[in-house]
Amino acid sequence: MTFFLQLVVTGFALGMVYALVSIGFVIILKCSDAFNIAQGHFVMIGGYLGYTFLVPFGLPVWASLLLAIVAAIIMGLLIERFTLRPLVGQPILAVIMVTIALASILEGLATLFWGGEYKAYHGVLPTLPLKLGEISIPSETSIGLIVSIATVAILMLFFRYTKIGLAMRATAEDEQVVQSAGIKVTTVYALSWVIACIVGVISGILLGGVSGVMTPMAEVGLKAFAVVLLGGVNSIGGAIFAGIILGVLENIAAGYLDPLLPAGGGLANVFPFIIIIIVLIFRPYGLFGLVRIERI
Amino acid sequence: MAIFRTWRGWGVLFAFLILLFTCPLFFSDRVLTIMTMIGIAIISVHGLSILTGYCGQISIGHVGFMGVGAYTSAILCAKLGWPFWAALPCAALAAGIAGLIFGLPSLRIKGFYLIMATIAAHFIIIWVILQLRNVTGGADGMAVPRAEIAGFVFKSKASYFYLVMIIACLATFLSKNIVRTRVGRAFIAIRDNDLAAEVMGVNLWAYKLVAFFIGCVYAGLAGSLLVHYFAFASPTQFPFMDSVWYLGMLIVGGMGSTAGAIFGAVALKLLDELVTIVGPILSTVVAAQAAASLALITRGLVIIIFLIFEPRGLVHRWEMIRAYFRLWPFSHEE
Repeated sequence: MTFFLQLVVTGFALGMVYALVSIGFVIILKCSDAFNIAQGHFVMIGGYLGYTFLVPFGLPVWASLLLAIVAAIIMGLLIERFTLRPLVGQPILAVIMVTIALASILEGLATLFWGGEYKAYHGVLPTLPLKLGEISIPSETSIGLIVSIATVAILMLFFRYTKIGLAMRATAEDEQVVQSAGIKVTTVYALSWVIACIVGVISGILLGGVSGVMTPMAEVGLKAFAVVLLGGVNSIGGAIFAGIILGVLENIAAGYLDPLLPAGGGLANVFPFIIIIIVLIFRPYGLFGLVRIERI
Repeated sequence: MAIFRTWRGWGVLFAFLILLFTCPLFFSDRVLTIMTMIGIAIISVHGLSILTGYCGQISIGHVGFMGVGAYTSAILCAKLGWPFWAALPCAALAAGIAGLIFGLPSLRIKGFYLIMATIAAHFIIIWVILQLRNVTGGADGMAVPRAEIAGFVFKSKASYFYLVMIIACLATFLSKNIVRTRVGRAFIAIRDNDLAAEVMGVNLWAYKLVAFFIGCVYAGLAGSLLVHYFAFASPTQFPFMDSVWYLGMLIVGGMGSTAGAIFGAVALKLLDELVTIVGPILSTVVAAQAAASLALITRGLVIIIFLIFEPRGLVHRWEMIRAYFRLWPFSHEE
């Protein structure tokens, strides 16, 4: 029983990581209809930025966060202006390929600047080690949960009560109508990339504080697509819920089935992709998505 | 439409083929190795060109299907003692069947969702290869016998060059002809507007699966040739980013064109070679990790530059150059 509960709790932690990556993805998808394969790389860059500001520069936590957010804003603006804007209205393959190419470039830059090495900054960020009976709750869980809920709350308030938030929701609905109403769609697109970058970088800093940073960290981005699909591609709340479900399921499956498999299993690596296939065959619009997927 | 409208076209083609097949006389083994790798890439990209370029079903799991073909052929030859000439078609068939299985979701979904399904296909295939340790050797890889036909072992670089180039030429010829048939026209109709295609009587269900099958058959052939060349098969020969790179070849060459697939494969493989030459130099000048990052950054930049500035690919440039000489001294047709 303890084994099971421990699996659930660590799975919960993993699920929060997935949820953080997925939120940024859903924001871009909602506003600019672009599928951002590079979201996991934003997280990785965030982790390395956090390391740079906290350890070699030795800045306090608040200053590091602020600087990282500034860097994220610049990154988001540059990416949108130079790669995505020339491709507005292009077929879906072009947009997806450009984000994959971006992912490749970001990984290259991370390798160049930080050597692609494992960097850790344990103990610099405040952690929340909790223990419930025999089960230790990893800090990812509590931190991830707090940050995800805070992010979603801020974003929901932003989308509901600010004028630009309204413009973003309207753009997600119909960009031609929005343009004729006098809203600059390019500003909305740029803003959605900036928000996605900020979310990615913040979650990168937090995750890096718990488990360290490395270039393969970006692969979490690919796995997060299972979360996005399961939750429904245009539902931010769905992303969090599905993240938790998937993290827990993945951990339980790996915990119980891995010993039965030859070659040591490694089921956790492939589980999200099996979920992707199952979701796509039986319920392509996910648990909470709008039933508006293009069906043939 | 005929492949060439004039006899001069055939003449140029034969001149090119003669030049190609006399290459082993002039070039060193290193150049022949590069050309062999380009040949294998061309075979693979032809498959992707039919699936993505002509039928519009985007696949980022192409390397996974190459892996299926590679391991089928490796297991048949190494464990069951099959001859190479029999294992090669079986490898192609096995990859095609894997393509059919993972192509099934394409009947309900398209665009981004299909991309996700093919990415998932890649990771599931590689995972299965790792799990079947008893037959595939798992992460350690497995030894594969050299290709052999009727007692002749393709051991030298030159002999393997001939094997790959002959198959690449046949693959090109086949691919050029597939897209000119009823099936090819159905693919193009599906790509341009699937709803209209269905209304015109194209059976979407059947033709999409046929596209997946043909595309993955090419991938299986390429995968099999790859592992027989190295006489070794391991999952690291089939990394996920290579699938992206094959799509990049298609974009750089030009989608929906047989010549585009060849141009793209040649251009990007040569670029890779350039990076492997420049990389170590840069490593000594800048930093040790510069070589690895240069490869990643150039790959990304090339795809972005082509998508933004020349989305129709090299083949479009080539057509413009040809038109320039054909119409000279006029700038355009009246």
